[in-house]
Amino acid sequence: MAKMTFVGGIHPYDGKELSKDKPIKEILPKGELVYPLAQHIGAPANPIVAKGDRVLVGQKIAEAGGFVSAPVYSSVSGTVKAIEPRRVVTGDSIMSIIVENDGLYEDVGFYPVAPIDKLTKEEILDAVKEAGIVGMGGAGFPTHVKLSPKEPENIEYVIANCAECEPYLTSDYRRMLEEPEKVIEGLKIIMKLFDKAQGILAIEDNKPDCIKLFRQLTKDETRISVKALKTKYPQGGERTLIYATTGRKINSSMLPADVGCVVNNVDTIVAVYNAVVLGKPLLERIVTVTGDAIENPRNYKVHLGMSYNELLEVAGGFKGTPEKVICGGPMMGFGMFDLNVPITKTSTALLALSKDEVSAMEPGPCINCGRCVEVCPGRVIPSKLADLAEHFDEEGFLANDGMECCECGCCSYICPAKRPLTQQIKSMRKIQLAKKKKN
Amino acid sequence: MSGLLKVSSNPHIRSKATTSGIMAAVIISLLPAAGFGIYNFGFRALVVILVTIASTVLTEFLFGIYRKKQTITDLSAVVTGLLLALNLPVNIPLWMAVLGGVFAILVVKMLFGGLGQNFMNPALAARCFLLISFTSQMTDFNCDAYTGATPLARIKAGESVEVFDMIIGNTAGTIGETSMIALVIGACFLIMLGIIDLRIPGSYIVTFALFTVLFGGHGFDPAFLSAQLAGGGLMLGAFFMATDYVTRPITIKGQYVFGIFLGLMTGIFRFFGPGAEGVSYAIILGNLLVPLIEKVTKPVAFGKGGRKS
Repeated sequence: MAKMTFVGGIHPYDGKELSKDKPIKEILPKGELVYPLAQHIGAPANPIVAKGDRVLVGQKIAEAGGFVSAPVYSSVSGTVKAIEPRRVVTGDSIMSIIVENDGLYEDVGFYPVAPIDKLTKEEILDAVKEAGIVGMGGAGFPTHVKLSPKEPENIEYVIANCAECEPYLTSDYRRMLEEPEKVIEGLKIIMKLFDKAQGILAIEDNKPDCIKLFRQLTKDETRISVKALKTKYPQGGERTLIYATTGRKINSSMLPADVGCVVNNVDTIVAVYNAVVLGKPLLERIVTVTGDAIENPRNYKVHLGMSYNELLEVAGGFKGTPEKVICGGPMMGFGMFDLNVPITKTSTALLALSKDEVSAMEPGPCINCGRCVEVCPGRVIPSKLADLAEHFDEEGFLANDGMECCECGCCSYICPAKRPLTQQIKSMRKIQLAKKKKN
Repeated sequence: MSGLLKVSSNPHIRSKATTSGIMAAVIISLLPAAGFGIYNFGFRALVVILVTIASTVLTEFLFGIYRKKQTITDLSAVVTGLLLALNLPVNIPLWMAVLGGVFAILVVKMLFGGLGQNFMNPALAARCFLLISFTSQMTDFNCDAYTGATPLARIKAGESVEVFDMIIGNTAGTIGETSMIALVIGACFLIMLGIIDLRIPGSYIVTFALFTVLFGGHGFDPAFLSAQLAGGGLMLGAFFMATDYVTRPITIKGQYVFGIFLGLMTGIFRFFGPGAEGVSYAIILGNLLVPLIEKVTKPVAFGKGGRKS
């Protein structure tokens, strides 16, 4: 079968060997846990506990603040210590519920929604919504909204995003190897919502063991196929993934549902499985702790609300002095200035690098080499857009399809003059999106 | 945590490619042609090359002092100097070579904003400037090794030429243009490194070959065709000057359009113009059309035109 891919993209050093061969290790938090009320795109959740309340594992502590929102659950048992603004990874201060862990892990009791073959669509959607599941690949869009398109009968493909194209990250890889049946069952549950849909497990070909495993496990499934994607960043981007697997294209103003697709990340699918089959809300996630400045790189199953500092300690701390610590992967992650922030639903990784390649190189003038044009999966001219953004030429920026940039970072990565192309384009996009929202 | 962390907006990694690395690769790729030129024309060729490079680098250095910003470490001035030297006849007065170098860097490059801002290839612009100003010295290819005109001029005059010598490079001409083999070796090196690709050279050479067959006056004559391809500045121009990043279109479709345009113009200049050569003028004319070409060949953004349901 021909390799599935898109036009453009890059092949950075992937660093996956640091953490890919060690099994996921579950760790238990100590001390206080911080649950920001906005860990997703949409309205923040509203607290339903008060200071001094005792809470249990799996107890809802904040309810969804609207349709596009998600509830928050306590991942430990203990006492609500405070409800106050706390710093999160992006640097913002966000209203959070702080729970002092009593270390007993008493839970509320988890019960399956219904036998799996008797589940109705409403029950599945309700369970996903109640469990507080959001896109766990990093975007944080509430999953129940994604799963409720206007015309569910028009959905033809449910795509499980198992690409994991971001360098260094191996959490999806470990998850697929260790709990493949949860991924497949989770996908089947989502497919129950869409009668016509085919399921696609889209995996990059740098994970041949996963491809083999899934092919074997799904060989009797008529509605599910495994597709091997060419290893290339950003293969796992929503737009590139849909194109690679189905040949359909969406632009920045469209949703996957507009071309009959629904895309979910591996961890999200497992969360759906846990919610529907086990009746468990979203309490934990897999976080890759890695980089050349980490003593013991590995994947950890982490309770949401735990601080990065604590996670780092468990991973053996830093090796040497890191120059840069990133929440997420090197292409899309946030540069962190403080590790005393909580792990949330969208925390994919803690990456510590001993060298910061960005500040090591001074940006020079553009020599028009065209590398950014070649690698751009959005098929725009990044060097030109960055120029227009720099001169704040809004009209020119829009006329040159600036809004079609997906901010994948390929142009900044490839630029020999080391120009901050993505960053400039991103700032301008932010301004334009804000303007659009206002009108 | 001790010490401060560096924070910046993503992405946090960068490729190894640098501007000076690219320039260094271009310099290396031109060494076979330069080496052959020295072998072919003798020691004076080396002197011309060194003097021209010295003039371009020194000009940029002095300009850098004036602007309080030094840019010679990006090596682009060396590339310009080397390219210009390869486009000069071996017996050119050295002061003319220096004048060319100063013109290339000062007028064509730095006054327009330096690296990346020039609208014409500096080396070619300087060559054309010298060609217009000092036509007789610039077209006098007599030297110790060869007397008489270049192969292309001889063809134009109706004489016969040795095609094999033209491919090896044992003919009269500018220092770096005569050896098709040396130039192609250098071009292969750049293609393998991914610094240039075949879009522009390919469409340029193919278009010119077609033009030669159709309008060259010899029909499909393999000897005439290979002489036209191997002769003059076509190989040097197609692989090393038409591909100059700054002055070629950045859009992929535009690069084909650019190559085709150069092929047509070179054909027109060679077969219908008064001179035997046309590559330099074709390329700088093409350079001027780049903004227009880019405008009409804007790529279609991914998913553009798709409709929301």
